Amino acid sequence: MSDIKLTVIDRDDKEHVLDAPTDMNFNLMEICKSYDLPVKATCGGMALCSTCHVYVLSNHELSEMSEDEEDMLDQAFFVQDNSRLGCQIRITEKLDGLKVKLAPEAD
Amino acid sequence: MIKTDILIIGAGPTGLFAVFEAGLLKLKCHLIDALPQPGGQLSEIYPKKPIYDIPGYPSVLAGELVDNLMEQIKPFSPGFTLGERADTLEKTEDGQFVVTTSKGTKHMAPVVAIAGGLGSFEPRKPPIDNIDHFESNGVEYMVRDPEKFRDKKIILGGGGDSALDWAIYLADVAEEVTLVHRREKFRGALDSVEKVKQLSDEGRVELLTSAQVVGLKGNGHLDSVIIRHKEKGDITKEVDHFIPLFGLTPKLGPMANWGLEIEKNAIVVDTFDYQTNIPGVFAVGDINTYPGKLKLILCGFHEATLMCQSAYKIIYPDKKLSFKYTTVSGVKGFEE
Repeated sequence: MSDIKLTVIDRDDKEHVLDAPTDMNFNLMEICKSYDLPVKATCGGMALCSTCHVYVLSNHELSEMSEDEEDMLDQAFFVQDNSRLGCQIRITEKLDGLKVKLAPEAD
Repeated sequence: MIKTDILIIGAGPTGLFAVFEAGLLKLKCHLIDALPQPGGQLSEIYPKKPIYDIPGYPSVLAGELVDNLMEQIKPFSPGFTLGERADTLEKTEDGQFVVTTSKGTKHMAPVVAIAGGLGSFEPRKPPIDNIDHFESNGVEYMVRDPEKFRDKKIILGGGGDSALDWAIYLADVAEEVTLVHRREKFRGALDSVEKVKQLSDEGRVELLTSAQVVGLKGNGHLDSVIIRHKEKGDITKEVDHFIPLFGLTPKLGPMANWGLEIEKNAIVVDTFDYQTNIPGVFAVGDINTYPGKLKLILCGFHEATLMCQSAYKIIYPDKKLSFKYTTVSGVKGFEE
């Protein structure tokens, strides 16, 4: 198992390259939080808020959206075709090089 | 004026358990919560989710935990002010605190315990620039009195149960009902989806899917909205009211102006007794922060327990407090 690299673009368009371990069962929201990026993660990762809303910019194949995630994005704002909830993106080796942008905060 | 010993702001698990620990010390509690039911996020966001880290419960549904806490605190007959947000905190000359809610209800106590979790739940506001300007002037985030909309032109936004239910209800009341939803698919109960489709076929509800309200216009009061449709582009529509129904989101709200020391949306406390920078005001559970803080229900329980010891000393500065186990003393409730 090795770390992978992720690129997260924050709301000020600043790029952050993050090292993420693949053997800790982390999700993208948790990685962002561990680097103190401005992701609120109000619900703690249950796909019950949309504060970890991101736009996926790279062409990685991601797990399919669960109904919970789809429902939550349905109530969120600034949603685009490439919108996902960070907490639902599990960090695996296949995601090396993943690039995402934090969606604007709605509040 | 409601008077009590400890005024608890927030009726989530931590606030509810504080009633029990206070009760053991013969202190009375009253709880205020913006939501209409106790339980906080457990009732509002995830009542059907199992929780696995409550000591002694291998698994318990969030809703069940709230029911159990309500049962546990019953002997101490706490008071509740529900569906009202705690808006202001003032200190009286004789050292009491007065908390006034969004509906003007006043509460007085020598000790205030903020167990506000993530803050108070408030409607999600769509990101439309001038939406604040039209609040109560055509934009409503909830339907309090449907009669207000009789013979009016209404636009509802959202695709969940409340948007569907109100579309169905208002079809009989309003002059014109339009339901605008960002996607083709509706979540929400299948029955309601079918019913709305039927009303749409009958021409009693106009259904605009793959569309969003993006602009509001009017001189003082709302008179039209701009709807952006995926294929048709921008449509301007005359309306009397726009009702966006996108669920609730927690906000720290007016509490942020109470003079409390706040760091990253949380209230800074001393871990000795979880007191804030305002003596007599405590913060327990998810709303507080200190070095090593974990937002866990079980940590909230611990914090509430220690907090009650200090609260007792504030309320009865001259009385001795000796700690008793429930196994020794049992639980002696208050007379109604």
